[in-house]
Amino acid sequence: MNRLKASKLDILIYVGPALVLLLGIVYIPILQTGYFGLMEWNGIGQKTFVGLENYFVLLQDTKFWSSAYHSLILAVASIISLVFYLAIAVILASRIKGANLLRKIYLIPMLLASVAIAQLWMKIYNPTNGMLNIFLMKIGFENPPAWLGDANLALYAIILPTIWQYAGFYILIYYAALKNVPESLVEAARIDGASSLQIATKIKLPLIMNVVKVTIVLAAVGSLKYFDLIYIMTGGGPSGSSEVMASYMYNTAFNKFDFGYGSAIGFFLLIICLVATFIIQRLTISDKDLY
Amino acid sequence: MQRIKKAHTLFLAFIVGAILVLGGCSSSSSDSSEESDGSKVIKFMHIWPPGSSKTQNQIVESVVEKYESDNPGVKVQVEYLENEQYKDKIKVLSSSNELPDVGVTWAAGYLKPFVEGDLIADLTDVLAKDNLKDQFVGGTTEAYAFDGKTYGLPIELNIAPVYYNKEIFEQNGLEVPTSYAEFVDVVKTLKAGGVTPIALGNKEGWTGSLWYMYLADRIGGSTLISEAIAQEVSFENPALEQAAADFKELAELGAFSKGTNGLSNDEAKVEFLNETAAMYLMGSWELPNFTTSDETTQEFKDKIGYFNFPNYESNAGEAESWIGGPGVGLFVSENSKVKDESKEFIRYFIEEWGKQSFTKAGVIPATKVDTSSLDLPQMNIDVLDDLNKAKNITLFADVQMPASAAEVHYNLLQSLVSGEITPADFTKQTEESLKSAK
Repeated sequence: MNRLKASKLDILIYVGPALVLLLGIVYIPILQTGYFGLMEWNGIGQKTFVGLENYFVLLQDTKFWSSAYHSLILAVASIISLVFYLAIAVILASRIKGANLLRKIYLIPMLLASVAIAQLWMKIYNPTNGMLNIFLMKIGFENPPAWLGDANLALYAIILPTIWQYAGFYILIYYAALKNVPESLVEAARIDGASSLQIATKIKLPLIMNVVKVTIVLAAVGSLKYFDLIYIMTGGGPSGSSEVMASYMYNTAFNKFDFGYGSAIGFFLLIICLVATFIIQRLTISDKDLY
Repeated sequence: MQRIKKAHTLFLAFIVGAILVLGGCSSSSSDSSEESDGSKVIKFMHIWPPGSSKTQNQIVESVVEKYESDNPGVKVQVEYLENEQYKDKIKVLSSSNELPDVGVTWAAGYLKPFVEGDLIADLTDVLAKDNLKDQFVGGTTEAYAFDGKTYGLPIELNIAPVYYNKEIFEQNGLEVPTSYAEFVDVVKTLKAGGVTPIALGNKEGWTGSLWYMYLADRIGGSTLISEAIAQEVSFENPALEQAAADFKELAELGAFSKGTNGLSNDEAKVEFLNETAAMYLMGSWELPNFTTSDETTQEFKDKIGYFNFPNYESNAGEAESWIGGPGVGLFVSENSKVKDESKEFIRYFIEEWGKQSFTKAGVIPATKVDTSSLDLPQMNIDVLDDLNKAKNITLFADVQMPASAAEVHYNLLQSLVSGEITPADFTKQTEESLKSAK
């Protein structure tokens, strides 16, 4: 069994192209970013080696930590939202009428480009002509909030469309996983007198736990490096109140022309994501031993 | 076994094919400054896509066409991108030393790193030749000069008037204000009349900065703000703090669009175009919307007038002073293989652009325009005359400030609007950012 069936040349030919692309597009740029992070560099002129200074500055940069805090809020919100996605998927998978159609409806936001979603929600949130505020004024609120223009609300006003945007993706994953639960187990439980709720929580959920773990990692890491909607809808504003780590990195590198520091933020973000992945996997590993 | 072998061969053939195709791509797109027929190629990148800047795009096309027919043996290869994408792409191209031969640039702070990186050619000789410099409006080429050498030639000049809706003013019994106190009264009356006094999208920051710059100019006089930005004097100055206090007061009066900090400039502009807001302070690049553009109705255009930001009480500033500055200019890449041809091309371009841009696109060129010989809408002529009379043009904040300080400046203006900081915090933090950007 251990004998290689193919020659080494064949392996090289098959793996080579993907490996070259992966190295060239992902791993080498990561190393480069780490290298640029050690420089003082405006992106154009001379690079000056400053060692770890950028990282020391970063650790004391209150703006960075407040953006990290915003990223954390986003991550927590998306992990909590997984519960709703899971609940919807359980209902869809339980052979209700029109499940197929509903599943497609939930998927639609995922098919839209982020820019389109951002534009759509900016229209909804428009403080004077937006659908939301017109509705609020119709039902009697005299002075509805300015949503994206309000420093206290902007971040939360963006979290809502993010949750909406990814609903289809996670529901699809959960739905597929739930469909893989053997029908015989469900029937056996039903014969033993288990209620629908019991079947869902005691039979189906434990069986798809591995998938749930993967989605938690995906949601957490995805939120930590989240960028699109924030960049378009508020650009991190008003006065930095919706800045997340990735948008802070972008603003530093491309608007303030500080590529050295921007690269340091990028590299640090990578480390944070790796650590987060590691921690989440550690936290969820004990569940695996139960089954 | 046989079948596996066949699949194997197919796969190899595919790989070889792919390599050939990819190789073909790279060789055809590689930088050749000469065509196969021996003619030279100038690569020109600009910021006017046919969709969003139709007339500018057409002017470029016509100039390029004319240039090519006047100069056989030289071809101009044009590429365009929208503003922000253009900036990003130029950034990336410059870090790999692949700037186009001729491109669009912004003045002062934006241009500086390119000059320091020796990426852009010195154009002083182009300006000196045949007194080209005399054709420019005074003070416009200076914004592109470093250490006495000019690195870009401006093709646009903008000032920022306050556009206003005459009909709304009439309905509320208002006249064009002649002092800042009157201006505040206008704001209060409009607010009481249920109209948004000022359309402002402060999400991008530079929009609010226009208001702040005017206040600073009127209170502190036309040189103070520039000196403070250049750090010749401290930014922590009573006049600049007063300007911040007035800006904050306007926000507290509800002068600006609701949720202004979350609105883009385009969103705010819609309020002015829909006549739900009475005033709109913006660069003269908006003029076509109120004069020649097909996108607004004649009925609307007739309602729109403009005035210069009024004098402050006991002021040091003067109403003949405007906030404005050269818009974009052209540069030639230092490493261009066709540098001489490129220099000739921008010279040619600037002259042709000067003839066409104002009449066709309503864009004021940085070269002088003789209004008497042109058939133009009255408002365009008025703006141009005001520009010729202008005693001073204070440059836009983002043109004067280093990029990092400008970012801080915008954020602070948003914080002023939302009431998170005091005017004293504003000047203090601006001073700090200007210091650390040095």
